[in-house]
Amino acid sequence: MNATVLEVRDLRTHFGQAKAVDGVSFSVARGEVLGLVGESGSGKSVTGFSIIGLVDPPGTIVGGQIVFDGRDITRSSREEMRALRGRRMAMIFQDPMMTLNPVLRIDTQMIEAVQAHENVSRMDARARARDALGMVGIPSPDERLQAYPHQFSGGMRQRVVIAIALLHRPDFIIADEPTTALDVTIQAQILAEMQKLVAQNNTSLIWITHDLAVVSRLADRIAVMYAGRIVESGPVSDVLARPLHPYTAGLIDSVPSRNRRGERLRQIPGMAPSVARLPAGCAFAPRCARADAACAQAVPLLTAGPREHRCVHPLPEFRV
Amino acid sequence: MTAAVARRLLQAVMVMFAMTVIVFIAINVIGDPVDILISPDADQIERARVVQALGLDLPLWQQYLRFLWAALHGDLGESYVYNEPAIRVILQRLPATLELAVSAILIAIVVGVPLGLYAGLRPDGILSRVIMTVSILGFSLPTFWVGLVLIMFFGVQLGWLPSGGRGQTAELFGVQWAFLTKDGLAHLILPAVNLALFDACLILRLTRAGVAEVLPLDFVKFARAKGLRETRVIGVHVSKNIMIPVVTIIGLEFGSIVAFSVVTESVFSWPGMGKLIIDSINVLDRPIITAYLMAIVAFFVIINLVVDLTYTALDPRVRLQGEGP
Repeated sequence: MNATVLEVRDLRTHFGQAKAVDGVSFSVARGEVLGLVGESGSGKSVTGFSIIGLVDPPGTIVGGQIVFDGRDITRSSREEMRALRGRRMAMIFQDPMMTLNPVLRIDTQMIEAVQAHENVSRMDARARARDALGMVGIPSPDERLQAYPHQFSGGMRQRVVIAIALLHRPDFIIADEPTTALDVTIQAQILAEMQKLVAQNNTSLIWITHDLAVVSRLADRIAVMYAGRIVESGPVSDVLARPLHPYTAGLIDSVPSRNRRGERLRQIPGMAPSVARLPAGCAFAPRCARADAACAQAVPLLTAGPREHRCVHPLPEFRV
Repeated sequence: MTAAVARRLLQAVMVMFAMTVIVFIAINVIGDPVDILISPDADQIERARVVQALGLDLPLWQQYLRFLWAALHGDLGESYVYNEPAIRVILQRLPATLELAVSAILIAIVVGVPLGLYAGLRPDGILSRVIMTVSILGFSLPTFWVGLVLIMFFGVQLGWLPSGGRGQTAELFGVQWAFLTKDGLAHLILPAVNLALFDACLILRLTRAGVAEVLPLDFVKFARAKGLRETRVIGVHVSKNIMIPVVTIIGLEFGSIVAFSVVTESVFSWPGMGKLIIDSINVLDRPIITAYLMAIVAFFVIINLVVDLTYTALDPRVRLQGEGP
């Protein structure tokens, strides 16, 4: 359980001037579920794509290390990365309507995924695909293999995608908001399914989302991203109950269900900064009520037991 | 599926029928063939005899019904010039045009698709920019002028290739084909390249636009995330998604090439249908013109049917009208 599967050290992925990811560090232990939380544009998806080596140009990893299996995979060749993708690491995307190729049958898309990494016959690959579909709870998988993506509902498609991700029993899966596009009932089913499957296979999971409710149900640990940096991380119950960084607190307060009925909905004042023009110090300072002159300095990572944060004026621990 | 095809064929018959009306009336408007057929010295009696023999003295609707009745029996009239059934004259010329059109389309595909893929995958590369610029020239320059330049350069200056005629032919399935002999093939190259130029550029630009559209989509990223090799991502996932517009254009352009290769056939004196129709219009050879237009309509209808059937093979979401879900 404690062995580290993936360690990201000071990762910097820039799109020209825009520092989409600027010094992100975290690690994931075997079987652990890490919730990577942040609002749109905070760099959480780019972090995911950086790890599997699929950052869209003009984005490039300009610094830092991604240590997997004892080596820094930012230095791996394209072919080495290809051999890892899908086999040792997998990714699931947000919109299941867009993830599967509309003009290829499910069996084609699954068999090719098996054969990309293993020298097996079509028949064997097909059997593997069928078993994988059965595992994620798709009824009569033999028939469904013959179908095209448009013949599935959104939830079923996401199950197919999850089945593909699990085909090679990867060490970790990056899930980029995989339930955001689904109905709440389907969302709950997929979450439960995912939780069960990663626990069975002892697969680590990096769950990228903006939905704190999902994270609180699923994750062991949480890392909150703001403007390309992780501003706070720690065990999920601790962070959600007693946030140290004012941004985390604002994020928690913004969840409508936490507010009282009839009361004005809470929000964080101001807007997220452009990652092309970040201040030298804390990026959240302009929106923060606690900010003062000290926040203009670069904030180092501060540790408090199992928790880490980047705030010179952390919130007191007794906060309700 | 069968029902859909049957429905298409029925539509085709109705289109053909509508065509006969239009063609028959239009052809009566453009001129009186009698003036050309009869020598200026012929007297009034001789003239009346010819007019009667051709049935031109009847009212137009009677002429039309006679034509329609004969057409239903597979007789589109006898050419005034060749004194042979018009349909036979057309069919004799069809292979020449067909082999020219097929060669041109093949060249256009073989050149257009790979270059378009390349330009789409490396949109900022220098070579891609060169390809795109040249392609603008390719479909802006008039075909006849390019044909003349090709003749000048390869025919006259370099003397590598013959610049006119069809050369030697050989028989296959009872039909004479030029592409079967070395000489015929040499004669085929210049006109085929000339005809292919426009379509190659069109296909190239379509392919490039398709790649640019499909490449950023999630399913391409997911295909890569599965660890597929780049050749498979491009060759299967991207290609199959961009083929629908390309197939449409190939179908339409193939029809146009067959129907309107007039210019190229004239420039290269290629003895195909295009040259025949121009010659026939000059002498108002009505049966040939009619038969030609009917043949072209039939041809377009068939091509469209084939293109529609290809869609269903390429994209499972496409279903022919009239076909069950």
